[in-house]
Amino acid sequence: MREGFQRSLFMALVLGAFAIVAIGMVMWVFYASKARIIENERAALVKQLSELLPAGSYDNDIVNDTVNWIEPDLAVGNSLTIFRFRKNTRPVAVVIPTVALGGYNGKIKLLVAITKEGVVSAVRVTSHHETPGLGDKMEIERSGWINVFKGKSFKALPESQWKVKRDGGVFDQFTGATITPRAIVQAVKKTVVFFEANREALFLPEQIKD
Amino acid sequence: MTMWTQYRQIITGGLWTNNQAFVALLGLCPLLAVSNTLINSLGLGLATTMTLVCSSVTVSVIRKIIPSEIRLPIFVLVIAAVVTAIELMMKAYFFELYKVLGIFIPLIVTNCAIIGRAESYASKHSPPKAFLDGLFMGLGFTLALVLLGSVREILGAGTLFSDAALMFGESAASWKIVLFEDYSGMLLAILPPGAFIGLGLLIALKNSMDFQFKLHRKVFSVQPLDKGN
Repeated sequence: MREGFQRSLFMALVLGAFAIVAIGMVMWVFYASKARIIENERAALVKQLSELLPAGSYDNDIVNDTVNWIEPDLAVGNSLTIFRFRKNTRPVAVVIPTVALGGYNGKIKLLVAITKEGVVSAVRVTSHHETPGLGDKMEIERSGWINVFKGKSFKALPESQWKVKRDGGVFDQFTGATITPRAIVQAVKKTVVFFEANREALFLPEQIKD
Repeated sequence: MTMWTQYRQIITGGLWTNNQAFVALLGLCPLLAVSNTLINSLGLGLATTMTLVCSSVTVSVIRKIIPSEIRLPIFVLVIAAVVTAIELMMKAYFFELYKVLGIFIPLIVTNCAIIGRAESYASKHSPPKAFLDGLFMGLGFTLALVLLGSVREILGAGTLFSDAALMFGESAASWKIVLFEDYSGMLLAILPPGAFIGLGLLIALKNSMDFQFKLHRKVFSVQPLDKGN
């Protein structure tokens, strides 16, 4: 009995020792790679943001010119960080991260670039879990579908027309999938509504974060 | 048994006779989830191979100091640590590749072929052999994935090598082969049932090939080749 207990205790200690070694190694890798990962992610963010507006149309440090907003309709449960693009300190455009909720499988995260006139300049999907080979046609790498938003604004296209064709709007759905495009069109529309309502406040310089 | 015969057995075992996907039927969760295009399959296959090699070698190195009663939890620890470390290092040093393969890395933890090899091979053999076993079991798994991915991509989308640019850079964008023009696609092949049906068909094909080989040998060879050594 006593021997059995000792044996069990010994096993538990060995296992514990292995766990500590394993955790130690993962932690070491984590700290050794942390700086590079942050740098990579930042570079990827700059690249992603710079693809949304023509080069030369802005000259500010876009990654640091941000404003945080509490907007439960756009971001789920969280505040969102909006990036501002300026040229000679004058407003050019904003990039608003948003979430499409009506997708086939979970949240579709988007970046929507809107110029100060309220014209959508570009939309990009940053993460999603739609059916591979079907719903993933919204990725720019896979098809040009997402460019349907380019140049659209409430001025040129009445709010009621911001729907996929099947629902009586003007946006194409893609072959085999209507649910995903419908969710994205709704999300982009929602974002433009938000922009129109907060147009002035979004560019306020005193909200620049250091 | 000479060294070479042993190594040859490890290689043919991994690629064919004990193929983890076709024969052992292990690792079906990631296999079925990701095999909808050739490029996705290749990505998961290579990431799995890397994990399998690292975990097999680690298990083999520590095989003599772990008490057998608690070997399984220790293997799980080793695999989880290896997968996490690989994910972090890819993020730090191969960020572009990580953006493509990153979503597959957590799936590897659900691949029971890895703990299967740790338990049935690496824990009983020396590190060089464990390395070779991990490498070829991984390549065999990659082979199965790539075959299934090709079949599903051809039937489902009528193409092959689509999205190669995600993995091999811009120059690979032209690799895409359109096999059928104006093909409307077979949805069944892309969705999960298509993965099960496709895997079933590939296993049937492999079994019938094995059967043909056997017949062939019986008719034409004097000595049985299987158990010859």
